[in-house]
Amino acid sequence: MARPTPQEIPALRETARRLRKLDIQMLATAGSGHPGGSLSAADLVTALYFRALNHDPADPQWPGRDRFVLSKGHAVPIVYAALAVAGYFPESQLATLRQLGSPLQGHPDRRRCPGIEACTGSLGQGLSIGVGMALAARWQGAAFRTYVLLSDGETNEGQTWEAAAFAGFHHLDHLTAILDYNKFQLDGAVADVLSMEPMLEKWRAFGWEVRELDGHDMTQIVEALAWATTITTHPTMLIAHTVKGKGVSFMESNNYFHGVAPTAEEAAWALKELDGHGPPPAEFLATVRRGAK
Amino acid sequence: MTAPALQKRLGLATRDAYGQALAELGRRNPKIVVLDADLSSSTRTAMFAKAFPSRFINVGISEANLVGMAGGLAASGLIPFISSFACFLTCKGYDQLRMAVAYPHLPVKVVASHGGISVGEDGVSQQAIEDVALMTSLPGFVVMVPADEHATRALVNAAVDYPGPVYIRTGRPKAPIVHTAETRFEIGKGVVLREGRDVTLAANGLLVWEALAAADALAGDGIQAAVVDVHTIKPLDQALVEAQAKATGAFVVAEEHQVWGGLGSAVAQALARTTPAPVEFVALQDTYAESGTPDALMERYGLTARHLVNAARRVIARK
Ligand SMILES: Cc1ncc(C[n+]2csc(CCOP(=O)(O)OP(=O)(O)O)c2C)c(N)n1
Repeated sequence: MARPTPQEIPALRETARRLRKLDIQMLATAGSGHPGGSLSAADLVTALYFRALNHDPADPQWPGRDRFVLSKGHAVPIVYAALAVAGYFPESQLATLRQLGSPLQGHPDRRRCPGIEACTGSLGQGLSIGVGMALAARWQGAAFRTYVLLSDGETNEGQTWEAAAFAGFHHLDHLTAILDYNKFQLDGAVADVLSMEPMLEKWRAFGWEVRELDGHDMTQIVEALAWATTITTHPTMLIAHTVKGKGVSFMESNNYFHGVAPTAEEAAWALKELDGHGPPPAEFLATVRRGAK
Repeated sequence: MTAPALQKRLGLATRDAYGQALAELGRRNPKIVVLDADLSSSTRTAMFAKAFPSRFINVGISEANLVGMAGGLAASGLIPFISSFACFLTCKGYDQLRMAVAYPHLPVKVVASHGGISVGEDGVSQQAIEDVALMTSLPGFVVMVPADEHATRALVNAAVDYPGPVYIRTGRPKAPIVHTAETRFEIGKGVVLREGRDVTLAANGLLVWEALAAADALAGDGIQAAVVDVHTIKPLDQALVEAQAKATGAFVVAEEHQVWGGLGSAVAQALARTTPAPVEFVALQDTYAESGTPDALMERYGLTARHLVNAARRVIARK
């Protein structure tokens, strides 16, 4: 991958901001969904779709495309935003999220939506599917790479580690996993439910080349994704430290917004903030819902 | 015969009734322990966790491990209640349900929420439509789908006394009240809610209300439909099915489940054994659903009173 030009990083940041706004608008319109884990993944998803992935929105089935599996399926609105901005379907379609008949299902559906590679939403399955795709590339002599985005919560699942062991043992070097390490799962903080620390050492022990990075620093993300393509001996894991709800101050590390959509008022303030108007006033913040739903 | 006008009154969601009943049971039975897999706020085991923190464990997102652990706890004299969404617990925990629970016939009480498509907007990945088929196939498992808060409370209590493995499916949305606090519930015994002589509408879960509404509509056309809440799919109330077959000679079976391997299959099997009669199946016709509001999905996938009415007319014509 070529080094990013000086304009490219700011442009990617701007795209990430745009995806976050679309994400908030979609969820508010739908009235349900998962803001926290989609916002934490916004910068990673931006760097994937607008920098790392070799793909063609005009030909979603192009056999040579890089594969992207969203293992943490509940975060799919941020991927829909990326697909729309990339040109897979019109942006106007985002307003149909979660409605009867829409290709934009609550969780990813590869039969309904162009650009979606796997049916996910049952956590812990995505890495195995990605391993299968990477193995298919090897068997078919194809050059495409496979990327899988995981949540920290789904590293609880045994299947994640079965897939990790296989990929490490078989040196699947065309496979890159990215961990959206936002430190929260559904019922609370990962540290309180089931901490998987030491995370880095676990992946290393399973035969992966591992890098840690700030998952909201676009320069670091782009560099880490470029680094992954240089590793020709092992699968690569990018442990991206992130903040759940990143970009909207009153959603940041506020796990109420794990699986509850913003109200119209919350969405309006969130959009203002994403437009650079600073955090909302104290009177509004006093009304924001917090804690477990 | 004029029945009193049917009134739809929403009660608690059956998952809420479960959460309350479980917290109540915790006070009475110190052997009860509860495990959840990072969904305690949704399955409502959080109520028990709050009341009895030392008898509750959130195992994280690891359903297979959860089920295996429950087997170990039950083998050591405790009565574990285990909860998650029905799709994850039954699908991810299936081998463990088989080897650690069903085969040794241990008293693990599996109470799984978000059954059926009334889960709504989250879509297929969170909607269990195969759970009854999976769980009835495990030898010795009792399998139940309560219709409302009264049924849930009673059956959760009954599950504690039953000396073996039990599966109870609960639901996400508020459930219309179809029973009363006085209704008597027994594992394996259906509840006749309305007598009739032309057709029997046998249902469980949210479809019991739809069956009552359908019977009302049919009565307007002079068709007398019996309505039976078959909350226990296994063991099925064979005697009740036979009695209804003799009384009405035709069945509509309605459930929020895939048509293969659910209540419909169980009732058809019971009828074929002793009292053959035509049956129509109101269920998901070998398809997954999708995202949408619960009401829109129930209508789109044929699980409302209107569809029971049509099925009743069809089956009566086949008599
Ligand atoms: C197998 C499975 N169990 C449970 C759930 C329900 N669920 C949805 S999101 C979630 C946890 C969210 O935490 P995490 O996976 O870390 O995602 P993030 O914090 O990034 O949103 C759970 C338990 C699920 N989708 N799949």
